Amino acid sequence: MPLLSVSNLSTAFHTRNGIVRAVNDVSFHVDKGETLGIVGESGSGKSVTCYSLMGLIPQPPGRIESGTAMFDGVDLLHCSKRQLSDLRGKRISMIFQDPMTSLNPYLRVGEQIIEPLLIHGKISRAEATERGIAALREVGIHDGAARMRAYPHQFSGGMRQRVMIAMAIITNPELLIADEPTTALDVTVQAEILDLIKKLQQDHGTAVVFITHDLGVVSGFCDRVQVMYAGRIVETAHVADVFREPKHPYNKALQRSIPAMQRKGAELYTIQGLPPDLSKPIPGCPFVPRCEYVQPECHAPVHLEAVAPDHESACTRVQRGTLHLREQPPETMSATRIDEAFTEEPPVSGRHGQQPV
Amino acid sequence: MFKFIARRLLETIPVLLIIITGSFFLMHAAPGGPFDSERRVTPEIQRNLEAHYGLNKPLHRQYLDYLGRLVLHGDFGPSFKYSNRTVNELIGESLPVSLRLGMYGMIIALVIGVTAGIIASLRPNTATDYVPMTLAMTGICLPTFVLGPLLVLLFAMKLKWFNPSGWYDPTDAVLPSLTLGIYYAAYLARLTRGGMLEVLSQDYIRTARAKGASEWRVVLKHALRGGLLPVVSFLGPALAGIISGSFVVESIFQIPGLGRYFVTAAFNRDYTMVMGTVIFFAVLIVAFNLLVDVVQVWLNPRLRFQ
Repeated sequence: MPLLSVSNLSTAFHTRNGIVRAVNDVSFHVDKGETLGIVGESGSGKSVTCYSLMGLIPQPPGRIESGTAMFDGVDLLHCSKRQLSDLRGKRISMIFQDPMTSLNPYLRVGEQIIEPLLIHGKISRAEATERGIAALREVGIHDGAARMRAYPHQFSGGMRQRVMIAMAIITNPELLIADEPTTALDVTVQAEILDLIKKLQQDHGTAVVFITHDLGVVSGFCDRVQVMYAGRIVETAHVADVFREPKHPYNKALQRSIPAMQRKGAELYTIQGLPPDLSKPIPGCPFVPRCEYVQPECHAPVHLEAVAPDHESACTRVQRGTLHLREQPPETMSATRIDEAFTEEPPVSGRHGQQPV
Repeated sequence: MFKFIARRLLETIPVLLIIITGSFFLMHAAPGGPFDSERRVTPEIQRNLEAHYGLNKPLHRQYLDYLGRLVLHGDFGPSFKYSNRTVNELIGESLPVSLRLGMYGMIIALVIGVTAGIIASLRPNTATDYVPMTLAMTGICLPTFVLGPLLVLLFAMKLKWFNPSGWYDPTDAVLPSLTLGIYYAAYLARLTRGGMLEVLSQDYIRTARAKGASEWRVVLKHALRGGLLPVVSFLGPALAGIISGSFVVESIFQIPGLGRYFVTAAFNRDYTMVMGTVIFFAVLIVAFNLLVDVVQVWLNPRLRFQ
């Protein structure tokens, strides 16, 4: 039985400019101890999906229109406030994108780290402080006793994210939702934080939902990946398959847009156009206006379906077998090539276009 | 912290000196004098009076004399209007009255205003926001000289719960404190709401919720400190104003407070009284602003380490 199983989740925001359907009929599951990556561009609904599960959508203007999210027999979307508060911060924790603004500037770091313990269990302050220092040690902050008394502004960005992680793992949660935890950090710190989350996950057997827009991070970090576009899941598969055998034109286009995966000197591929306006109804596949492979049948409604073992796609043509993305140029890469591609130095800028193509 | 306070205290010396000098010469530049009354006095009496109070000396001489007495003895001089009374005595008598009234008013303002502001900020743009905010707007728009008599009419004349005016019985403080407090409560409610809304939309509030914190905990532990910062900034000058008395409220309720001297001294050209009230008020403003800065540093750790 999966740890978390979400079905038919739809979240909408009722704004002055109409109803924005940020998440549209999304279903997925997370198994115990696994890492699920949710990839997509800004506004694709990855964060809103997770905030909906955590009850962090401000209502109004947001509204969870439908769906269930079962976590150990409790429906996160319909349980009482009390039940949800008991789960979040204890069995489900969250790390946020911007460690600069996600810590309370008015409270000591230690106070914030041990707060989940004080909220969720009967524990003395001294004991909680001990565990806070231990949690800091686990995230690589060794002078924890002194650091507990400091304020967030006395920490660097990377250190603050470590504090956020310490705060999230202090209750030994079964599920950790990481909402772009490395986006606001610089590249060297990013790698450290990723390694840290990976290590903690292995030590504690925590399941991780990892939200990111960085396919490179996904390839090295996740077991399974789901690609989101316009509030829907358009493809989901094991990480190697997502790269080796893309089954949705959007996923393929995303990979073609990664500079490190292209031949040097070649003009970089970009997906033409913009994501659709989510306040307008989208009857068929949302990727139609930007898709290179579009056919008349693509305008009909489409749902996520298995197209290969453990591989689901929401592309009508792939489902019908009339589109084989692998056969299309440019050459696809093996999973090992992909990992190499991300560890490679980025191409020297300014040389594009000067080389004869 | 000590260095910070010491530096701020030193900074107030030139500020006060400028205020004293400015108001002294402005006051003397205004036409008329303390003994120009409609009642005719003989030139001899006029001259004697002026000699008695030192008004016949050149202006710069008077200024230096005044400053000397003030700095060396803390002496504001004799009142020109109330014979045989010094300004120090008059302020000393009326200040406790205004202070008590002001403190009551401020407590009412804080309790009502901050509570209403927090309630309004929790569910913005719903009934629990609109109702207190509409009341607050009304409170701001309603001048004290309208609200005061209305309260008297209702609670003193109709219900006969309190005396309509005077300052004898302890219950005499209720109506004037309410009159004074409601205006400030209205202002504080709006400030609190604004500050709380700003803070409640911050990412760290979302973090607190994600930790499983209850709504109470989110508001009281995570949001209130930041949300009250604008209130604290406002409170400094407001406190100085409210405890130095309100001319309108003191007139309506016939209260022997300090507020009326601010106005009557200027009308009477009671030079020493004008100077006394101005300096007293300036010192209060400076002191409360310093206090506000200290409180803000205490509330906001980011300031503490600079």
